[in-house]
Amino acid sequence: MGILVAVLSGFVLAFIAPWLTRWLGDRVGWVIALLPLSITVYLLTYIPDLADGGSVHYSFAWIPALDVDLSFHVDGLGLIFALLISGIGTLIMLYGGGYLHGHHHLGRFYLFILMFMASMLGVVLADNLITFFIFFELTSLTSYLLIGFSHNAEDSRYSARQALLVTGIGGQMLLVGLILMALVGGGWEFSVLTEQADVIQDHALYLPMLILILGGAFTKSAQVPFHFWLPGAMAAPTPVSAYLHSATMVKAGVYLMARVNPTLGGTDIWQFVLIIFGAATMFLGAYLAVQRTDLKQLLAYTTVSSLGTLTLLIGIGTEIALKAAMVFLVVHSLYKGALFMVAGTIDHETGTRDVRILGGLRKLMPLTAVGAGVAALSMAGIPPLFGFIGKELVYEAALDLDTFAIALAVVAVASNVLMVVVAGITGFQPFLGEEKETPKHAHEGPPSLYLGPLVLGVLSLGIGAIPALVDTRLIEPAVGAVAGEPVDVTLYIWHGVNAMLIMSIITVALGAVLYVGRDQVRWATNQTWSLGRIGSEAVYAWLLALLDWVSKTQTKIIQNGYLRFYYLTIVVVLIISALYPLSVYGDIRLAGDLNDVRFYEWGVVVIVILGALMAVRAQSRLAAVAALGTVGYGIATIYILYGAPDLAMTQILVETLTVILFVLVLYRLPQFATLSKKASRVRDAIIAGTGGLLMTVLVLVASNERFYESISQFHAEESYPSAYGRNVVNVILVDFRAIDTFGEIIVLAVAGIGVYALLRLRLWEDRSDQ
Amino acid sequence: MKSLILQTATRSLVAVLLLFSIFLLLRGHDEPGGGFIGGLVGAAAFALYAIAFDVPSTRRMLGIRPQMMIAIGLAMAGGAGVISLLAGEPYFGHLWYHTDLPGFGEIHLGTFLLFDIGVFLVVIGVTLLVILTLQEE
Repeated sequence: MGILVAVLSGFVLAFIAPWLTRWLGDRVGWVIALLPLSITVYLLTYIPDLADGGSVHYSFAWIPALDVDLSFHVDGLGLIFALLISGIGTLIMLYGGGYLHGHHHLGRFYLFILMFMASMLGVVLADNLITFFIFFELTSLTSYLLIGFSHNAEDSRYSARQALLVTGIGGQMLLVGLILMALVGGGWEFSVLTEQADVIQDHALYLPMLILILGGAFTKSAQVPFHFWLPGAMAAPTPVSAYLHSATMVKAGVYLMARVNPTLGGTDIWQFVLIIFGAATMFLGAYLAVQRTDLKQLLAYTTVSSLGTLTLLIGIGTEIALKAAMVFLVVHSLYKGALFMVAGTIDHETGTRDVRILGGLRKLMPLTAVGAGVAALSMAGIPPLFGFIGKELVYEAALDLDTFAIALAVVAVASNVLMVVVAGITGFQPFLGEEKETPKHAHEGPPSLYLGPLVLGVLSLGIGAIPALVDTRLIEPAVGAVAGEPVDVTLYIWHGVNAMLIMSIITVALGAVLYVGRDQVRWATNQTWSLGRIGSEAVYAWLLALLDWVSKTQTKIIQNGYLRFYYLTIVVVLIISALYPLSVYGDIRLAGDLNDVRFYEWGVVVIVILGALMAVRAQSRLAAVAALGTVGYGIATIYILYGAPDLAMTQILVETLTVILFVLVLYRLPQFATLSKKASRVRDAIIAGTGGLLMTVLVLVASNERFYESISQFHAEESYPSAYGRNVVNVILVDFRAIDTFGEIIVLAVAGIGVYALLRLRLWEDRSDQ
Repeated sequence: MKSLILQTATRSLVAVLLLFSIFLLLRGHDEPGGGFIGGLVGAAAFALYAIAFDVPSTRRMLGIRPQMMIAIGLAMAGGAGVISLLAGEPYFGHLWYHTDLPGFGEIHLGTFLLFDIGVFLVVIGVTLLVILTLQEE
């Protein structure tokens, strides 16, 4: 039960958060942070259960008929992710309160971010595929709301939509892929499918399944060529970027790949695809990063690079690579979360994020500077920080590959050299050197702003210096879960002098040189900007423009605003779609015998026809309405004659109210006039006549044909015994077919509100003078 | 263009029409009538009042905004199904209460009535929302 509470409590608190915020004001962050903090503590109690490759499984029935259960599976992989989510979540809740201090939508921020946190926990702990997918999509939805948080800004809305579309399309692919995997593997739980790896990998549907699932993972984790949405998402407030785009949301795709690794991984195609895309993303992210001058953009592109590294490592798939993946995952979350928060604090205090005009902040913001420095050192991979261990392992994994090891090692070193440069630019440059003039005069922020980077910095340092704190407790079960078999993990800060150490030294040395010449690096890499015109973001923009054009064009044709064309379209479509089957299936037998029709029935029919003719020939609107009223009352009379009083009453009342409505608008309409040409009137008459004739024939044919037993017999018989009503019509409306009626009154309500909105919007009036 | 004759007649007619609409609503299960028809009659009563007098006084007599009537109606109709759900029945599998009322004979009450009253309110609400807004224009 505890795990269900841990996942779902975020949703509950999310909806209370706006009220809490109104009540507590800016201090609310300290209260809200208690939830992720307690979840973190609760999750830590699972560590003993997971030793020796154990796992804990919970299942709660949800939709048993569809094999959809709320089932959760706590294993090493899930736990390490969940701890990052709730742990960094705690700091972000605090940070958000400080960063959005006094923001009038602070409550809304907490609503969204708590829902996001809960969805993320659901993603990494869910065992059932459908439950997993729902949480996965919830993270896309909530991140859409978070990226578009400043919804008044155009770029914010554009970025939010871009992120939603890219990850949403991936989500659809993922759903199909998961269903395929479940059908082939014969189970809806990750833990069950792991056992079916052979069956799944030998199946003919393995390749489509793999492509679809990786489609979901690559879009979510911003792999090339879908990487562009992530830097775009920097339009979000910084606490959001620090949370979603460093430690959590973008890692959901990585999590997915790690989770299905025991089931789908290990094949040649898996290895090939992940290594190619991972390596490309790793390098491209770092390359694009050094071109930027905006702190958040720098960090966003390096995040892309890191996600590529993780994909690459999972793709290599050897024990050492998976170990490197899990270590690097933690390393990256710790330093990137800190650096994002620092970037936000700098922005908040100085009013700018442009690294070219930042400098000398160390004296003004000493605590932030410490947090930033430690994080940057970890990012650069300097011992004794945790980042050093991570980078050593990444190099070891690259060299571990049978083929192309050297090529991959070169790419890895090149990417990491650029990462060192970015680490310097984001973590050191703003704080070193001369104090510079900034839009706002900077000073140290409140504790909520510097606490996050400091805590994460301490963790980077502590774990780096004493890796025994986490290696067997957290990393080992996680690697075991990804590998699908128990492994042994012991981490050392000092490996002795070996190839990896030499590569590390080269990396840092080259990085330092390029950092000194960073302006030249930026200038040189910027010369390739024109390649962006053929990049995937350009394709996205082009597709979006195409979609806009198609919808505008077809709306112009179909929704042309002329009521007469709408009617024309409806009648013509009806004629064609009814005439075709009638002519194909031929054999038209009309029901009824004209001799049965009594003289007063003829009378009513004549009145209805005369009314219709008068309505068409009328020379004033009032006359036309009166004539139509005659038609309506005539039809009501027919209902009465055939024993349907309810229908007749309804018809009469509707006719009456229509007249009232018409009288209300009559005086606002322009003078009655005949504007259409003779030809179009003849055309309309032909179409209308055909339509009417066709309906008559249809009714006569339909009452002659009976494909199924009529249900009216059942309704009449069961009306009193089952529903205690003698009025069958009413019993059908409120009981037998109550859901239909409910739908109808909803439609009625929506239509009424629509009319009201149209009348009150006054779009035709110039609103500027009001 | 206020007609004294219309106003005087309306005063008494509105009361009769409203009573009639409730009569139609309640008898609907056994005789012609029901929430939809009753609602239309009720709406016609208020519409008549609005024509004979004016919109503000009609709104005062109504005492509730038509939008609110729509909302309450939808909530009642949908809620009737929820009550059944809570009792372990399918959605809109109505619950029943049977009693003998002296002078009336056997009476069947149930959640269907809640549903029909919901329909009644939605119909009045939508019709008046449109008519009153149009008239104000």
